[in-house]
Amino acid sequence: MTNATHLSGVDAPERSGQKSVEDLSQGQLFRLRFRKHKLAMLGLYFIIGAFLMAGFAEFLAPHDPGKVNATYQYAPPQMPRLMDADGNFHLRPFVYPMERSFDIATGTRTWTFDTDTHLPLTLFGKSDSYDFWGLITWDRHLFGTAEGVWYPLGTDRLGRDTLSRIMHGARVSLTVGMLGVAISLVLGVLIGGVAGYFGGWVDNGVQRLTEVAIAIPSLPLWMALSAALPTWWSPITVYFAITLILSAIGWTGMAREVRGRFLALREEEFVMAARLSNCSQWRIITRHMVPSVYSHIIASASLAIPAMILAETALSFLGIGLRAPVISWGVLMQEAQNIHSVALYPWLLLPGVFVILTVLAFNFVGDGLRDAADPHNHHV
Amino acid sequence: MLTFTLTRLMNMAIVLFIVAVFTFIIIQLPPGDYLTTMMARMAEGGNIDHARLDALRLRFGLDDPWHVQFLSWFTNMLRGDFGWSFEWGQPVSQLVWDRLGMTLALSVSSLALIWLIAIPVGVYSAVRQYSAGDYAAQVLGYIGLATPNFMLALVLMWFSFDVLGFSVGGLFSPEYRDAPWSWGKVLDFLTRIWIPIVVISTAGTAGLIRVMRANMLDELRKPYVETARAKGLSWAQLLPRYPLRLALNPFVSTIGWILPTLISGEAIVSVVLNLPTAGPLLLRALMSQDMYLAGSIIMLLSVLVVIGTVISDVLLAWLDPRIRYD
Repeated sequence: MTNATHLSGVDAPERSGQKSVEDLSQGQLFRLRFRKHKLAMLGLYFIIGAFLMAGFAEFLAPHDPGKVNATYQYAPPQMPRLMDADGNFHLRPFVYPMERSFDIATGTRTWTFDTDTHLPLTLFGKSDSYDFWGLITWDRHLFGTAEGVWYPLGTDRLGRDTLSRIMHGARVSLTVGMLGVAISLVLGVLIGGVAGYFGGWVDNGVQRLTEVAIAIPSLPLWMALSAALPTWWSPITVYFAITLILSAIGWTGMAREVRGRFLALREEEFVMAARLSNCSQWRIITRHMVPSVYSHIIASASLAIPAMILAETALSFLGIGLRAPVISWGVLMQEAQNIHSVALYPWLLLPGVFVILTVLAFNFVGDGLRDAADPHNHHV
Repeated sequence: MLTFTLTRLMNMAIVLFIVAVFTFIIIQLPPGDYLTTMMARMAEGGNIDHARLDALRLRFGLDDPWHVQFLSWFTNMLRGDFGWSFEWGQPVSQLVWDRLGMTLALSVSSLALIWLIAIPVGVYSAVRQYSAGDYAAQVLGYIGLATPNFMLALVLMWFSFDVLGFSVGGLFSPEYRDAPWSWGKVLDFLTRIWIPIVVISTAGTAGLIRVMRANMLDELRKPYVETARAKGLSWAQLLPRYPLRLALNPFVSTIGWILPTLISGEAIVSVVLNLPTAGPLLLRALMSQDMYLAGSIIMLLSVLVVIGTVISDVLLAWLDPRIRYD
């Protein structure tokens, strides 16, 4: 009796303040460990930012991504300035208008800045009008210039704004990975779970199937499947077809992961205990086995997203993925397909920089989730 | 050991048969066949030669039910006859072997480069965990994983064009293209071939560094390492004798899991750099529905991967008896 009151007396200050590590649930431990992983948190913030950028692309982008400007073909990038050409400081950021001159002798275009005129930057200024999410028609953009034109990251062969196109391209490029992984997750967990739980010939069949999927090199297979898409399909249909193609191979990795975990879990004492206490198969799978694998599944799913983003980029770059009126990072990279455009207009590679950053961010988050999911990791 | 090898070989045969079925289904997927493409071309030219189309249709059995077509394709393939390329007007076997050899050569050289870089770097990263060198290796590894192959190829091309001052498309400079082999030609070849090899090996190197580092860290934490250190062995004596040998499993197992990524990477890099390998040939064959050519390339690439996997499995079982009884 005295012992009990003594114990509760010790516990009381802890309960009112912070819980001790022993009292935390698996989910709370998971979140705690994930937050400790600095790179993973950084990656997570980047991904959230990228999705916000994709969601509000119309408003954030300074121009209409499809608007052609014949006088500004292949204009180089220009960052906002605070210092003018004479070294004077201006509180309000500005840019210089650009003029193109064509040298007939060498056949090259040169761009010069007109340093006499300042184009001050505006917030919420009027520019190209758009239908925001198909609901609201508006013409205000987060930033831009009131007069003249300004292309922060330069323009492409038709004088379209690279920055606006990258922002709009994020929509397709980011969702292809998420959607593809979602499909392969469902397939992988179902098939891998069945194979791992029941074993025997079911397992054998699934094993052979995954071996086949691994035996065919993925890019040639993706190439073959995408080349089979009819050219008359609408961009939206092609988009869904491509995600399906990507996940048709992606599920195998997930299935192997789940199968391996289930095979190992079947032998664990707590599953045995559940079986002995007369739990139904359904209850054993859903209440005892799935919760102990789902963090691993989430981790491997988040590591599969970047692979799909890279695959979409590669397919579109080769010209057998998404096609022109659709804007994705891979489609944008097609502009930089030959060495001459890259050498003369290096800013055409900028969509690739966004691809790299996004893939890095997903990898960081995936690594953080995997470490957090590891029960042997005690660095709480 | 013999049973293990035989089971692996049996599995390989089954997997290859299923791959063949899949490949056949895939190349049959596009609506129409090569004759449709040919007819469209003839229509552009003005007159459609129906007699010729019918002759071709009969000769290749394009109207037969699909299982008949598949069986004749499959049995011919076993005899080494891969069919006829409509687009090139040549037997497929004449077209693919050179290109496949080039693909294999590129993949194997990339694998060698991956081992050469990843194993020492991985060991170093583990032994000096959390040092500046470890962090540098990890950062480079992450970037290597995240950069699309084709973009790296473009950037390196740009670099060699802009900084080193020569263009790198193809395998040889124009003046050596048709010249007989000589020292000059070999040198010219070497100045070009490094770019694709470097590009193809980046992702694999990044992956193997991580595996190597993790394996090595696991070994270094084991008590025998501590015992050896306590008995006075220096790191230089200890490392190659015990932990390194145990951590070297990936050296063999990489053949299995990196080969598919190498072949995939090779396909796209070759398209960008215009190299005469199987990748660009496959892309072109797919675009024009040259089905026997496309199917044979996919099939042969898969055979390469499957053989690589079996070799690595058998080698691994031979090196590490624990695996044999799995």
